[in-house]
Parts: sequence; structure tokens; C-alpha cells
Amino acid sequence: MDKKVKININGVDILADQGDTILKAAEKNHIFIPRLCFLKDVHEEGNCRICSVKVEGQKNLKPSCKTIVTEGMKVITDDQEVYDNVTLNLELLTHRHQFECFKCSRENNCEFLDLLRRYSIDNEYTNSYGPCDLDFYHYQDESKVMVIDSSKCILCGRCVSACEKYSGLSVLHFNERGNKTYVGPALFHDIADSGCIYCGKCIGACPTGAIKGYDYVKQMERDLRDSNKKIVVQVAPAVRAALGEEFGYPIGTNVEGKMFSALKKLGVDEIMDTNFTADLTIMEEGTELIHRLEHGGKFPMFTSCSPGWINLLELYYPEFIPNLSSCKSPQQMAGALIKTYYAEKMEVDPKNIVSVSIMPCIAKKAEAQRKEMGRDGYQDVDYVLTTREFARLIRRRGIDFRNLEESKPYGMLASYTGAATIFGATGGVMEAALRTVSEILENKSTPIEFKQVRGNADIKEATYKIADMDLNVAVVHGGVAILEFLEIIKENPTKYHFVEFMGCTGGCINGGGQPIVKAIDQERYDVRSLRASVLYDIDQKNELRKSHQNEFVLKLYEDFLEKPYSKKAHDLLHTKYHKREAYNDVE
Amino acid sequence: MLERIQVLICGGTGCMSSHSKEIKKAFEEELTLLGIKEEVGLILTGCFGLCERGPVIVVYPDETFYAHVKVSDVKAICAEHLLKGRVIDRLLVKNPLDKGKIKQMNELKFYSKQKRIALRNCGQINPLDITEYFARDGYLALGKALTELTPEQVIEQVTASGLKGRGGGGFLTGKKWQFAAESKNDIKYVICNADEGDPGAFMDRAILEGDPHSVLEAMAICGYAIGASQGYIYVRAEYPVAVERLKHAIAEARSYNLLGDNIFESGFSFDIDIRLGAGAFVCGEETALIKSIEGYRGMPVLKPPFPAVRGLWGYPTNVNNVETLANIPVIFLKGADYFTSIGTKNSSGTKVFALGGKINNTGLVEVPMGTTLREVVYDIGGGIPNKRKFKAIQTGGPSGGCITEKDLDTPIDFENLTKLGSMMGSGGMIIMDEDNCMVDVARFYLDFTVDESCGKCTPCREGTKLMLDILNRICEGKGTLDDIDELERLGQMIQKTSLCGLGQTAPNPVLSTLKHFREEYIAHVVDKTCPAGVCRNLTNFVIDDSCIGCTKCAKNCPVNAISGWPRQVHTIDPELCIQCGACKKACPVGAISSKPLERGVIHG
Amino acid sequence: MKTLEELKKLRDESLKKMTMRHVKDGFRIQVGMGTCGIASGARPILNAFLEQVEFHELKNVTVTQVGCMGECAYEPMAELIDESGQSYIYCSLTIPMVREIVDKHIINHQPVHRYLLANRKGA
Repeated sequence: MDKKVKININGVDILADQGDTILKAAEKNHIFIPRLCFLKDVHEEGNCRICSVKVEGQKNLKPSCKTIVTEGMKVITDDQEVYDNVTLNLELLTHRHQFECFKCSRENNCEFLDLLRRYSIDNEYTNSYGPCDLDFYHYQDESKVMVIDSSKCILCGRCVSACEKYSGLSVLHFNERGNKTYVGPALFHDIADSGCIYCGKCIGACPTGAIKGYDYVKQMERDLRDSNKKIVVQVAPAVRAALGEEFGYPIGTNVEGKMFSALKKLGVDEIMDTNFTADLTIMEEGTELIHRLEHGGKFPMFTSCSPGWINLLELYYPEFIPNLSSCKSPQQMAGALIKTYYAEKMEVDPKNIVSVSIMPCIAKKAEAQRKEMGRDGYQDVDYVLTTREFARLIRRRGIDFRNLEESKPYGMLASYTGAATIFGATGGVMEAALRTVSEILENKSTPIEFKQVRGNADIKEATYKIADMDLNVAVVHGGVAILEFLEIIKENPTKYHFVEFMGCTGGCINGGGQPIVKAIDQERYDVRSLRASVLYDIDQKNELRKSHQNEFVLKLYEDFLEKPYSKKAHDLLHTKYHKREAYNDVE
Repeated sequence: MLERIQVLICGGTGCMSSHSKEIKKAFEEELTLLGIKEEVGLILTGCFGLCERGPVIVVYPDETFYAHVKVSDVKAICAEHLLKGRVIDRLLVKNPLDKGKIKQMNELKFYSKQKRIALRNCGQINPLDITEYFARDGYLALGKALTELTPEQVIEQVTASGLKGRGGGGFLTGKKWQFAAESKNDIKYVICNADEGDPGAFMDRAILEGDPHSVLEAMAICGYAIGASQGYIYVRAEYPVAVERLKHAIAEARSYNLLGDNIFESGFSFDIDIRLGAGAFVCGEETALIKSIEGYRGMPVLKPPFPAVRGLWGYPTNVNNVETLANIPVIFLKGADYFTSIGTKNSSGTKVFALGGKINNTGLVEVPMGTTLREVVYDIGGGIPNKRKFKAIQTGGPSGGCITEKDLDTPIDFENLTKLGSMMGSGGMIIMDEDNCMVDVARFYLDFTVDESCGKCTPCREGTKLMLDILNRICEGKGTLDDIDELERLGQMIQKTSLCGLGQTAPNPVLSTLKHFREEYIAHVVDKTCPAGVCRNLTNFVIDDSCIGCTKCAKNCPVNAISGWPRQVHTIDPELCIQCGACKKACPVGAISSKPLERGVIHG
Repeated sequence: MKTLEELKKLRDESLKKMTMRHVKDGFRIQVGMGTCGIASGARPILNAFLEQVEFHELKNVTVTQVGCMGECAYEPMAELIDESGQSYIYCSLTIPMVREIVDKHIINHQPVHRYLLANRKGA
């Protein structure tokens, strides 16, 4: 039984839980206190001062997000003094913020704008004194993955904390000091050369439009109107689990059917499903694992479909490159097939194909540009749209998403098994691989579900007895856990056989390209579990749940690739990795 | 051959920058030449306090006080005084009352009202020789605490003394130690905050340079009291002399086992390391200081939890100011009652002030609490130079406020200064005269805090900058009456909602000058004039009929803007005038002042 | 250093080297060091006073020097000012005389009248 503390907010007696902050107690009792910089477990510094409240007996106003309730505490959240002070601070922030809401990707989902509307902010200081005199910075990103626009930054610090707490790399930090502070990599360096792995957790933490993914919506609009080009779009598993949030659906709604219909309405020429190549990846990677088990190879074998994870390995632990599976990610396998197999079949010059992928991820934008991911002067994936960009495209075209009919592509490069769908959740790739590898090695029907590798724990471990062998596996997600885990591997190199790594905590469903969830909702809902449940649900309802049961994958081998791990498969579906260093251009 | 004379040469940073080290060298050479080197002791000491007259040397045993000594004077001092005992008149301080000369240090009025407790050894000992600190009962307080008192008794005595934090917080030191002692942990830390950042403040610098061992001893006593075995002195890197002297002192203390294991065989071990600051005023705030030592960007953190509960690396930590610590050994050598016998009821002991600005005797003074401001300004400080009129005192640096003529008889203590709308602060005391523009003064302080703001919280980062922008507009002649209201509104909000002390006190100089000198602000915005003649755009120097035609103004004008016949009233050509104020300063009859231009017309 | 006693000993030793900075009350011996004084050997007299003070470990005596005291024929001279401020001028000093003055006048508070200038100059 949690101990209760009697407090009074705005004249109303409340029984708060001991240890709660004033903010938490108020929210539990449906009393509104404005908040901006507070992001639970990530950024709890109490520095925006918007949540200031009056506490009887205290000289100054107190930050309600950090003040713990005490017995008999009397709090005023909204009298004239508190209102004036909150309003003044918001006015100060508007004086700094350069408003370009009409073109800002956060126009529908900006926590800052919400507060300004609520408090009827006038931008009075800019009106009275003119614009502020700051020099604003736009960070260069050679890789065109993300944008930091300090003219929108309100210096809440959430992104800095998110980078530290999620990736463990602290790439972003405050530069300069005082009024001239700006957020970015050190030395005003190019993001692409700053050691950033593009996990995009900073974007998810930003309450306004200061950090964004690089926008390809306009590019897509132009290409859709280019009659010379064939637009081929692939969609990742995790997109369907979260896209609905952009259209008012509750978190954890499966909108797969409408998603594909929306693509049709946009005028895309060919719709593919990345799930197909997820099944293909399992065939290739499963074969690779079995090959290493039977003929000797580097252990533990690491999965390679998360580009955020690949970035981390290449930059910080290049000594483990030999451990990586040589398989490309499903996105890149799909891209390769689109520009070779599909092009051949449809008799289209690959140079006239625009291969676009819709991903929950921003690191995919850089992955598509890697020089190995193409041939003969073209890239297999031309560019990547995030789930957010996709939603923006749908909205701007005026498509009534909620009232779309359901549809789904079928057949080659589109059909998939349940194993493919769960790729989007942490542990999904591992489970999918185990389903196939166990059946092949034991040469009989094996269990479908491997529940030990599911869930949100940072590091998950399990041992499975497969064909008289104890297969030790692990699943790791998020930069912090990865950094910790790699040190464990250094100490004990032979402990595991196979490890799944995901650059994002929770896996792709929590990727840097997914819809942004407001800070208060991140507290209310277990976003990761809700989105992951969509995928596990699809898996369960699917008739075929093991990758090697995908008849179209098998046909692809027959028609085009011969067999898993063949030379052609190697040429198209496998890749190489490189040691990289950050801060190369520093004088 | 015994030493029959000792020459104490001031080695504080002020005098060092005026070549006191070279003076010492010159003495060594000259004395060797004269063959009397063994008879004369040359000692480089800490700050004597009368910095206005530096370089200072005092010759013992007759206590002759020489001021403004130059390297070229050394030969004469050796030949006349050291060899023949004849005092050199021209190097003595003039007596302001009878125009005669003052020979001995204890005859100087500057020292007569002072009581040097924190500065007890500054100017008296060689800070690089621990044995001289021993001679002044050094480390006996630590010995007493370790061998005769329990940690609880130590804290009791500090509490009983009534000592309050001298860094600006004014919190009861004994209580602070008590909180740290109560936190249960095997690892605890003592930190000395030597990041003295207030512009114009150099009290801590003088103590660190002149008597570093007093700080080391106090930290060890604190460690014993709270249960810590490691101390850190966080000293600003802009104090290289202090850093050097501290390093030397720590090494000496270690060599005598006064720092290290099992001090005085009591079982108590304590050691001290130095950490340098990196040019951030905000790192004087204790939580930002702790972050800096931990290797992070120096940004304050919300309190509670206080450092006494969760401090350096998460362990209970006690942070004290240099001057606070310098008082600790005295409390144990002479007793808590001795300490309470000095000062006022709510503020026992003394306070060191750094006198600066428009004052004759700039320097360091230490007075018992309860001394009036008037005594400090006139009796000790020697009053305002050049016969100008007193206008205000700014205490507490960029966190404080100004005090005007009507409150000059206020006895100095923590409560009184806060009641006047200012604060004790760390001890900076800047005196202003009629030639200071109070709007400009507020702008100066705000400019400092804006530059030093860490940028973490909205009100300080955005609000103080906006206040500065408004003040700049006012001083350029673009201000309105609404701007004055806005300054007050913003100032009060920033005080109430800032995260740390820097932001909470940054508006103080503005709000304080608005309270006492509102008419100056109004002159700036309504009449578009700066009465003091400082804000260039609003200054229009005019010579009135009281001009005696002495031509001094014309002679001092750098742009030849003044014309007039001798013994006739002179005129200034406003087209040529650059508003530098040289004429105003030169005029012996005060005939030049800044007058309003036609309404709405401003320069530039 | 291990004990408080050791520290006190170090303190006392060091104090001796610094006494001249702190002695205010007690005896003041001012040795004339004008040209005439130096010429007639005032420096050895000054040293003799210093040595005697150290030898007897006298804690309340300041030895200093002044310029010409006027009665040049009677150099080396020294003015002795006691605790009450009374002045005694000794003249034509020799080192044995110094020892006697320290012993009789300073330690035993009995001025040595026959060495005083007043008596020597003329009765």
C-alpha cells in the first residue's frame, strides 16, 4: 500500500502518493500544469521553468516537475502571479524562436506551439523590440540524414539528454554559453563526421522543430509527377504499427491495409513490402549462421540489419567487423532486387526506376547512400522517407486516411510470413532466425515461438537446444546496452553464438523516423510494447510464420538467385563494412 | 651575523604586477653590493591591503611604511635607511590632515579601524615558508581539534562562534558542517570554493596568496568534523600566483605530515588536491562547481538535494568559501566567545571588503561587523578623490544593489544590507561619485551576468539578455517609459523563477538603481539626457556662467572643441565634442555639466 | 611531525626569527647609525646588542637603528626606551658595556648611570 501525502492544490485537498512530484500529483488528479523540458527518465533538470508553481512558505516559485510533495503542502498553480511568470517565460522563448510553422514538419505536433496557443502568447518582445540579434546555425549533414536548426531551438536540453541516455555517445551537447548557447556536435562539426550513429532519439525528444530528419517529401512529389520514371516503394514492417498515430489512431493500431491504399492513392507505380526481403534475409543469414557453425567462423555472429548499429560498430568497435553477418538489411536487399530482378522482369532500365523506401528509421537514409549499395552508377535505394514524411505526404495531398479502404499487395517482393513482420520489434530478428535455423538443423518441425527473446529488457539472453547443440543467443538494443554488451564480449568472446543488435531501444518500432509522441504521452503509455504488440499480433494471425515457408522467396531462389549463399546472392544481397573514424576534418 | 632588519615586500598580485618581485631582486643585489646581505632579511609577503599605494614595503623593527616604491628607489633605501637608519621621507604616506608624513604602519588611519582576522597573516609572514605560519600558531588549531575535541565538539564550537558564510550566502557555517556530518557515508568531501568571480573582488585572492596555510588547516578541521578524508580547492585559473602558492603550501604541509595519513597520530587522515576553474563565473555556484570538478560543463543543478546530502560524485560534500575557512583556526585558537565578541548579534566576526571605484584608498580592508558604511568609505577609504561628491556604494557585486547617502550610517551586517535592498555578497564594495551614471552602472553589471549566464534556464538566459537590450536602448536614447516598467516586470520574474543564484540575483543592480535613482532613468528616456555625462549619445556638455575662463578645459580637450578667451566664459562646439568628459574633470569650479538637448534630439 | 609538542617547539624556534616584526611593548634600543656612528664602530655595537638579546632569549626587546643622534663626539651611542617610555641615552659604548647594560638595565631594571650621556657629558 503506497503511503499517501495530504496536499492542497488550488484550494482542493488531494491525497498524493509519497515520493511524487507536484507535477505528477497534479496530473494524476487531472489538474493541468504546463510542462516543456521534463522528459521522464531522460531529462529531469527543471530548467525551462514553465512548470513553476507557488508553494506556500517559499520565497521563489518552484519547479513542480522536481519538487517532491510534503505533508500539508499548499500549492497554487494558476493565480495571476504564476500565470504572469509562466507567460513571460513563454514570451521570452518566442522572442528567440523564429516561426516558420507553415513549412515546419512539427506544425501538427509541436509541444511548444501547444503552450503558446494555450497561453495566448503574442510574441510581444519581437513586436516591441524587433527580432532577437542571435546568429542561428544550421548544422551541415553531408549524409543528408538530419537537420539541426538552432533558430527553432528553445534550449530545453531534452535532445542532449536523450543522446546521452539512449545512445550512450553524447554526440550532442551545448556549445558556447548563456544567450549564445546552441546545441550540436562539438566544434560546430559536420553531423556526418561527429560520431553520430543516426539513431534519431534526439528527434523524438525534441518538443519543437529544432531537430528533424532530412526531408525528401518534395523530392518524392516531383518524382511522382515524372512520367519517365517508375516509382517503386517498399514499406518496412514497423511503419504499419505506428503510422496510424499520425491520423489520430491510438498507439498500437494496425493500419497496414490503409497504409497500402494510401500508397496507391499517391500514384506509386509499384508497391513492395520490405517484409518480403525480411524473410529473404533470414534465408541468407540463417544459412550464414549454419555455415559458420558447420565449417567454423567468427563467433558470436552479429546481425547487420540495423544501420544505426552498424554505424556504432564501424565507428567505435571496428575490431568486431569480422563478427558481423555479411547480409545486407532487408531494405537494401529489396532495393537490389528492385533494380535487377524487378527491372529485368518489367523490362525497365534500372536508371529509370526511383526506388523509395518508407522506414521507421533515419539511419536508413545514410545506409541507402553507402557506395556498396548499388552498381553501374545507381543506388539500389534512391532515397528513404520516414513514417513521418510518409504521413506528411498523405496529409498534404488531402487523402482522407481514416476512410480509406484496406488493400494489400500480393506475390513476389510483397508477400511475407509472420517471422518477417516481427523484425520491427527487438528480438524479432532473433526469433525469426531461430524458427528457420532450428527447423533446418533438426530437419523437422520445431516450435514457432521463442518468447525469451521478446520484451523491453536492455539485454536478453537465452540458450536453446538445437540439434544436440546448446545455441547461446542474446538480444541487445539501444546504444547504452550495446556499449555495455560489447565490453562483455571483449571479456568473454566465446560465450555466445548469435547476437541480435538494434541501434534503437525497443527496436525499429521505436526508430528515429517514427511518429513523435508527446512527453506526457510517453509517460502515460508504454509506446514500445503497444507498437510491438501490433507486429506480434500480425505474426500470430498469419498462416505462415516461418521465413522458409514463404513460397515467393523460394521461387525467387529458383528463378533468380539459385540458392541461399550462392554467388549471385553474395553479389546482390551481401555487403562489406569499414572501420570509420569521427572528427576527421579537425584542424 | 644576526638579522637586525627585516624588509617585508608585498607579494600580492597587485604589487607583483607593479614589479615588487623586481624590487626584491634589486634589494638582494644592492645589499650584496653593500656587504650587509646577511644582516637584512628580505621577505615577500601577502597583501597589505593598501593597494592604492602599492608597491608597499614595510621595514621592521621600526615598522616604517613605504608606499609607491620603485625599483629605482631601492638604492636609496639601502644606503640611507638600511645602512644609516635614516627614513626616506618622500616614500612615506602623506597625512591628509596636516600634510605631514606618516612613518609607521600602525599610525595609518587606513588600519586604525580595521581588525584583521581573516587577513591576520597577510603582510606579516612569508606565505612560502610554513615555519612562519607555525610562528603565528599555525596548525595548533588543527592539533587541538584532533587531540582534544570530538568531531561533534568541533562543529559545536563553529556553530557557537556564529560564523556565517563569507562567499555571499551568509549561511551559518556550523549548520552547514552539521548537515554534512549527519549524512551517512564512508566517503565525503570538503571543497574550498576559491572561484572568486565577482568583478572587483580580490579578498580570497589575497588570502590564498598571503596565507594559504590557513585555508589548508581549516579544510582539515572541517574534514575531521564531517568525516571526510579528501579535500579539493577549486581555484580560478586566472589566479596563477595563488595556484602556485597553494601548491607549495600543500607540499610543505605534506612534508610535515600535517596533511596525509594519521595527522598528529590521531588516526585522522586528510589530503588536499587543487582543481582549476576554466573561466566561468557560474562555477562559483556550488553545484556548478561540483559539476566542473566531475568533468562536466559547469551548469547548476536543482537543490534539493543539497551537496551535504548528494554532492561530488554523489557523496556528501561541504563547500565553503576561502574567507569563511580563513576564520576557522582563530575560532579554535581564541575560542568561539572571542569571535562573538566582535561584530553584531546576527553577524559575528569581521568581513573583508575590496574597496574599489571612486575612493582614495583602493585596496583590501577588514572590519568588524557593525562598522558603519560611512566609516569604511571615509575613515578607512579616505573618501572620494578629487573633491567629487559621493553618490552610491555597490555591495555584492553583480548580485547586489546600491546604497545611497541616506543609509551610510547603517552598521554593516548581513541583515542590514539585505534590508537596504543590497547584500553582503563576497565583499566587493565599489564606490560611485557624481560622475557615475547609475543606468550605465546597472548596464555594466548586467552585461557581466549576461556574458556569464550558463544558459540552462529560460528566465536567466533569455530574460537578462532582454533586460540588457532594453538598457542599451535606453542608453542610446531609444528608451521609453514603458521600457522602465518592462525592466521591473522582467527583473521581478527573473528573480522569482531562475534556477540558480546567478539568475535569481542578476536583476538586483537594475532594480536597485531603479529604486534609488529612478530620476536618472527618466532623464534618459524622457529628456534623452545622461545627467552624469557618461552615456555618449545622451551627453551634451555645456559650460555655464560660473566659468572663470581658466582655459583648463580647452587645454584638456582632445579634439579642440572648446574655445574662449582667458578670463571669459568658454563654449563647447557640440559638432566637434566627442563626449569624453575630460573637460568636466579638469574644470576646477564645476562649470561643465551635461544638459538636455531639445526634446527627442540625440547624438549620432 | 608527529605531536603537538613538536609543533609548539617549531613555533617557538620560528618566533625567534620573527620577533622583530611583533615586539611592540617592552624595551627599544635605538643605536645611532649616522656616519659618525658608523665611523666610530656603531655596527659592532648594534651586533653586540642583537647577540645579547638572542643569548638571553629576551622576548620584549626591539633593537633598531636611527640616524645621527647629534652628540657626535660621544658615538657610538644608543638610546634605550623602557616599558614606561622613559628614555636613557648611553654613549661611548664598547662591547663589554653593552653586555653590562643588557644585564643590569634590561634584565634587572637598573640603569647603569655612569654610562649615561647626561652623566658623562658633565655633571
